[in-house]
Amino acid sequence: MEIFENFIDKNGLIVGFLVIGVLAFLSEIFSKKVLKGYLPGSAIAILAGLILAYFGGIITNAEKGLSDLPYLKGVGTFGGSMFRDFTIVATAMGASYLTMKKAGWLGLVSLLFGIVFFFVFGVALAYIWGIRDAASLCTVGAGSCTYIVGPVTGAALGASSDVIALSIAIGVLKAILVTILTPLLAKRVGLNNPAAAMAFGGLMGTNSGVSAGLAATDPALVPYGAVTATFYTGLGCLLCPSLFYLVLGWIL
Amino acid sequence: MIIYGVAILAFSYLTGQLCGEYLGEFLGVKANVGGVGFAMIILLLCKEWLQKKGWLDGEFEKGVDFWNKMYIPVIIAMSASQNVKVAVSSGFLAVLVGVVPVVAAFFTLPYLIKLSQK
Repeated sequence: MEIFENFIDKNGLIVGFLVIGVLAFLSEIFSKKVLKGYLPGSAIAILAGLILAYFGGIITNAEKGLSDLPYLKGVGTFGGSMFRDFTIVATAMGASYLTMKKAGWLGLVSLLFGIVFFFVFGVALAYIWGIRDAASLCTVGAGSCTYIVGPVTGAALGASSDVIALSIAIGVLKAILVTILTPLLAKRVGLNNPAAAMAFGGLMGTNSGVSAGLAATDPALVPYGAVTATFYTGLGCLLCPSLFYLVLGWIL
Repeated sequence: MIIYGVAILAFSYLTGQLCGEYLGEFLGVKANVGGVGFAMIILLLCKEWLQKKGWLDGEFEKGVDFWNKMYIPVIIAMSASQNVKVAVSSGFLAVLVGVVPVVAAFFTLPYLIKLSQK
């Protein structure tokens, strides 16, 4: 038993790969067989992760969810800030200056408008709720941009772990809602051409929500939505903990 | 070679994050400010430059693409190691902030599209 424990401890990150792989696989099956593809497997896996983190927190009474359980430390390493930021940077590769030029002003305008729109909305709702410190407000506002901007902002501003978890929950909720609502509302809001898809991607920004939602609406629109949405998280990560945080500090 | 792609990604990541660290220091935020964003911009610039030089090949892109595709799994692992137990106690706020702006944004979209068709 001791050999096994030492072995798992030494190979924590690899165990993390396996655990997350199995979780993603089960979520994909659940998505296809039970929900008939109504929700994408990735959204379910993220939700499942949050639910498991909840039970991990109950069992261990600690702060890092599932990764506080024995044998599962590697999940925390895999989902830690280093891998998180490294993979986010890699997603920039999916965009190029040329396509950005083609997306033109509309993409840029909807991108900036979308980030400001969700941030202000999120901050306002959190303020009404009674949250007053700038770092927490900023993190919640960033969370309503995407579930990546939230934790990146929260980590940069030193927000508490529960506020960061809240911002992820908000971002995940947004991704799921965009996924579900896009095919339902596409016709009504005129989302049926590449230019509209670019505006849509910039406005909503949540990468998984936009690409999954557009895939369910019209697969041909996916790259156009993704082109602007790709920049949303990066721009959000740039603006939320810097400019928006400073402006928020001045206002408060 | 795949490692070249990974190395360029690592270079962008480290340079960007370091810029973020210094900007944070400069702004007095005591944290990394926009490091991820800078890293993305640096990676895009590197990609453009390599493309112009004709040094960008499939293997190179695979090195970056692998990490691009690992991003959802990392997010799954990250959500599995968050303090959800505490967040649940403020559950209604999450629903409020998660749902209201999205619904509002859908109703804003037609106006943005109109703007694009002018």
